[in-house]
Amino acid sequence: MASFIQLLVSGLATGAIYALIAVGFTLLWQTSQTINFAQGEFVMLPAFFVLGAMNAGAPFWLAALIGIALSIVILGLLFKVVIVDPMLKYGVLPLVISTIALSLFLKESAKDFYSSQAQPFPALVPPTDVHIFEAVISSQSLVVLAIAILTVVALNLLLNKTRVGRQMQATAQNPTLARILGIPVRQMVLYTFLLNAVLVAIASILVSPIYLAKFTNGETLGMAAFIAAIIGGFNQVRGAILGGIILGVLDNLSAAYISSQYRGAFPLIILIIVILFRPQGLLGRLEERTV
Amino acid sequence: MTRTGAIIVGLGAIAAIAAPFFLKPFGIFLISTWVVLTIAAIGLNLTLGYAGQISLAQGAFVGIGAYTVALLTPVGVPFFIAFLAAGLLCFAVGWLLGYPALRVQHHYLAFVTLAFTTLVFLVLRNEEWLTNGIYGITGTPRPTLFGWKATAARDFYFLCLCVLAVLSLAIWWMLRSPWGRAFVALRENPIRALSLGLDTRRYTLMAFAIGSSLGGLSGALHAPLVQFIEPNSFALGLSFNLLLMVIVGGSGYFFGPFVGALIAVLLPEWLRITQGYYLLLYAAAIMVMMAFCPSGVLGLVERARIALVGRRKEPATSTLAEGAGP
Repeated sequence: MASFIQLLVSGLATGAIYALIAVGFTLLWQTSQTINFAQGEFVMLPAFFVLGAMNAGAPFWLAALIGIALSIVILGLLFKVVIVDPMLKYGVLPLVISTIALSLFLKESAKDFYSSQAQPFPALVPPTDVHIFEAVISSQSLVVLAIAILTVVALNLLLNKTRVGRQMQATAQNPTLARILGIPVRQMVLYTFLLNAVLVAIASILVSPIYLAKFTNGETLGMAAFIAAIIGGFNQVRGAILGGIILGVLDNLSAAYISSQYRGAFPLIILIIVILFRPQGLLGRLEERTV
Repeated sequence: MTRTGAIIVGLGAIAAIAAPFFLKPFGIFLISTWVVLTIAAIGLNLTLGYAGQISLAQGAFVGIGAYTVALLTPVGVPFFIAFLAAGLLCFAVGWLLGYPALRVQHHYLAFVTLAFTTLVFLVLRNEEWLTNGIYGITGTPRPTLFGWKATAARDFYFLCLCVLAVLSLAIWWMLRSPWGRAFVALRENPIRALSLGLDTRRYTLMAFAIGSSLGGLSGALHAPLVQFIEPNSFALGLSFNLLLMVIVGGSGYFFGPFVGALIAVLLPEWLRITQGYYLLLYAAAIMVMMAFCPSGVLGLVERARIALVGRRKEPATSTLAEGAGP
């Protein structure tokens, strides 16, 4: 039982990170029909920004802020202006190919310009263990979970309680109508890209102490984000959160209790089942825009 | 096909036949790789370029084909039986995967096929009793045909080239038939195709299954060519590469995969001087190309031709015009 609780908490922590990545992924899809195949590399990269800033002498907290800021400029603004905008007129497929190429590009950049070796990344808190009902839980898991929950709550407040957030939601649901109502649609689309950049940067800072900063990190993280987004529902923020958490917990439990060799297979099997029987995802609505 | 088109294709064929007599062993290996990859890319072009569905499973089918041959030939099955078995098996698996997966389309299909590729990789890696796991299988024998041994590099290249020629002709014929026209129709306008009475789902499924079987046949040649196969060769990277080949060459153009595979095989060699930065440049080039000319290299050629000669009634290879016809 104790080990079950341990697995559950660390699964929740990983799941919460997946959820952050998946939320950004669905936001981009909702407002601009961008399927970002480079989302995993977007999570891999900010860790290197942070390490770069620390190498230049900045303390960790400052380096983290610099990392988030660089991420907003490069993975948010530049990604939108340089890659997505010129491609949108061709439809979904060329943009998918372009983001696949971008993922390769970012991976190679991190490898060529920083290092091909896994880099240690400072933990947010010193690694101590917390004892809850006989279970030994690392304080790191708890901190990750807390920060992820705070981020999600802040995101929900932003989207539901502020004027800008509601305008963003309106843009996501029906861009044409939003434009008629006087919402600056282009600006709102840009905001979702910036928001995605912030989310991936936070996820990067949370995940890198666990996985180390390595240029191949994006492969598994990106895959996890796709799967989480699809399980939960491609067009729902809360769906992506649910999907991420299900995935994290399931991944941990199945590796421990069923087969560690086929650890990577369980999320994929669930993905296939969900796509076949409930393609809109657990919480999603059917989309009725293609004709 | 116009006369210029026919001349270019004829010259290409002559070059492909003459090339091995002028090349060193490594060069022959490279052009053999080109032939093998082209077969897989032609298959993917059917799915992507003609039926308009993104598939990230082609690398997995190449893997299934390669393992089929590598496992069957050592136990005494003749190569050509194993070769056909690889194609049939991939056709069947493609059908079984596509039947449910094509209920959902576009990006969902991309994710289902991506999941499939990873699952195939996990099975190849973990089921050591069958596949020898990460240690791979070495020494798949090259075939003997009516007493002619295709063991030397050049002979094996010609065998691959023959297979490519036969398969290309078959696909060419198929695309000219009402079937092929239906493939194009459902890419250009699925709803109109449906309203004209085409069973779109069945045609898409056929395109996907035939494309998959070409992947298998390509793998069946890959195993005796490389003589060492291991799961990592058929992981997601190969599927991405094949997808990029089709796109770079020009998806929906009959000769797109030939050009795309040629670029993918030769570019790393030519860009040796850039050392580690090759993939970086390749990725950047693809992004630039997608922004300015998403129809690939042959799309560029087509555009240049129209700019120089003016538009003719029958474009050399464009399927866009064909789709609008019947």
